Amino acid sequence: MIRVLLPAHLKVLANVTGEVEIDPKDGASISAVIEAVERRYPALRGTILRYGVRERRPMLRFFACNTDLSHEDPKSPLPAAVLDGEEPLLIIGAIAGG
Amino acid sequence: MRVLAGTRKGAFILEADEARNRWSIDGPFFAGWEIYHIAGSPADPQRLYASQSSGWFGQVVQRSNDGGRTWQPVNNEFAYDAIPGTHQWYDGSSRPWEFKRVWHFEASPLQPDVVYAGVEDAALFRSDDGGEHWHELSGLRNHSTGSSWQPGAGGMCLHTILLDRSNAGRIYVAISAAGAFRSDDGGATWLPINRGLQSEYIPDPNAEVGHCVHRLAMHPAKPNVLFMQKHWDVMRSDNGGEVWHEISGNLPTDFGFAIDVHAHDPDTVYVVPIKSDREHFPLDGALRVYRSRTGGNEWEALTHGLPQEHCYVNVLRDAMAVDRLGSCGIYFGTTGGQIYASADSGDSWNAIARDLPPVLSVEVQSFA
Repeated sequence: MIRVLLPAHLKVLANVTGEVEIDPKDGASISAVIEAVERRYPALRGTILRYGVRERRPMLRFFACNTDLSHEDPKSPLPAAVLDGEEPLLIIGAIAGG
Repeated sequence: MRVLAGTRKGAFILEADEARNRWSIDGPFFAGWEIYHIAGSPADPQRLYASQSSGWFGQVVQRSNDGGRTWQPVNNEFAYDAIPGTHQWYDGSSRPWEFKRVWHFEASPLQPDVVYAGVEDAALFRSDDGGEHWHELSGLRNHSTGSSWQPGAGGMCLHTILLDRSNAGRIYVAISAAGAFRSDDGGATWLPINRGLQSEYIPDPNAEVGHCVHRLAMHPAKPNVLFMQKHWDVMRSDNGGEVWHEISGNLPTDFGFAIDVHAHDPDTVYVVPIKSDREHFPLDGALRVYRSRTGGNEWEALTHGLPQEHCYVNVLRDAMAVDRLGSCGIYFGTTGGQIYASADSGDSWNAIARDLPPVLSVEVQSFA
């Protein structure tokens, strides 16, 4: 299973604790995984990828395997370690504001 | 009594009996998120809508069917009609319309599932199913002047929606910094209603649009009489916005944001004068509500119970409300986190909350 770690505020919004697990059959790219997360938790629609353009919100980043994937093609395959469930896909909010 | 407060870091619900002496405070709901507005349905007071947003995660819309005890996220997609086109940016360049957040919800007085949303970038949306779907009333944004609208300092927001209970087709809205608009056909077509406004800070002080209207208020018994707190100037119209005239009168400063009308006297109006557009705090550090019992021009300072020294808070445009009890209650919230309440039409005041996050909006529900 693909392990997805959501920012704290989105965990509250989705009413989940810990990681979210997505079946790799539902998608092997960042965009496919997020769409699967949105299908399971409709309250998260539009909070990670903007409506319409489906672009990453500017103050969120995607990390996995110690690598910043934020500027990769969101349709490209995730690293094998993420697909195998060894490493989580991290969705991280910018540390900013007050 | 129920006071609904939206703040920079969550929503709070305050409750009291008719005496309005002792208040309970529940919250924060949606902790850590900006709650621009939380509003109830006049048709079903248990139905609430909350605008929850953040710079990280965008817009969420929450709905409660039990007076705020439990909440459900509903649809948060606000898609502009067709190709949205452009408006002007601060420097006069053109920018595409882009949804940012909901500033204000206005629920139908008759149907709990019908609710309007005023959004930034300025547009009006409507839901007929309690927020499950939203559609734009795009005749407003597509008005011939739309491409010339510019944002105010707080963004290009549609912040005021007034529904005329005696005329189902009539809607008033206000946009910073485009001005006020009226629809007589349920939002299909719109007319700018800014004649009589004079704004020295724009190239043509008497322009058809471009005025920084901060807030409109209306008494349901006199829906043709409108009151306006403009950037500078407190204004009144006696003909549904066809023409405005200034009623600032003896106010010590006529800059401000909030304005409201007494629940039982359509000629009693309240404002909170703020020193200037450079200094968003009360004049002389003294927090004073001003009341006119004559529909404007003659104003009296209401100070009893309000801080009269070293007070440098602001009162934002959606942060004042009135209740419907016999001795009309007046409420307002500050950027310092206080909510002040008067149970005697403004003669005396008490802080019913002192240390909330900065207050963005205050609404009141009366159950008597």
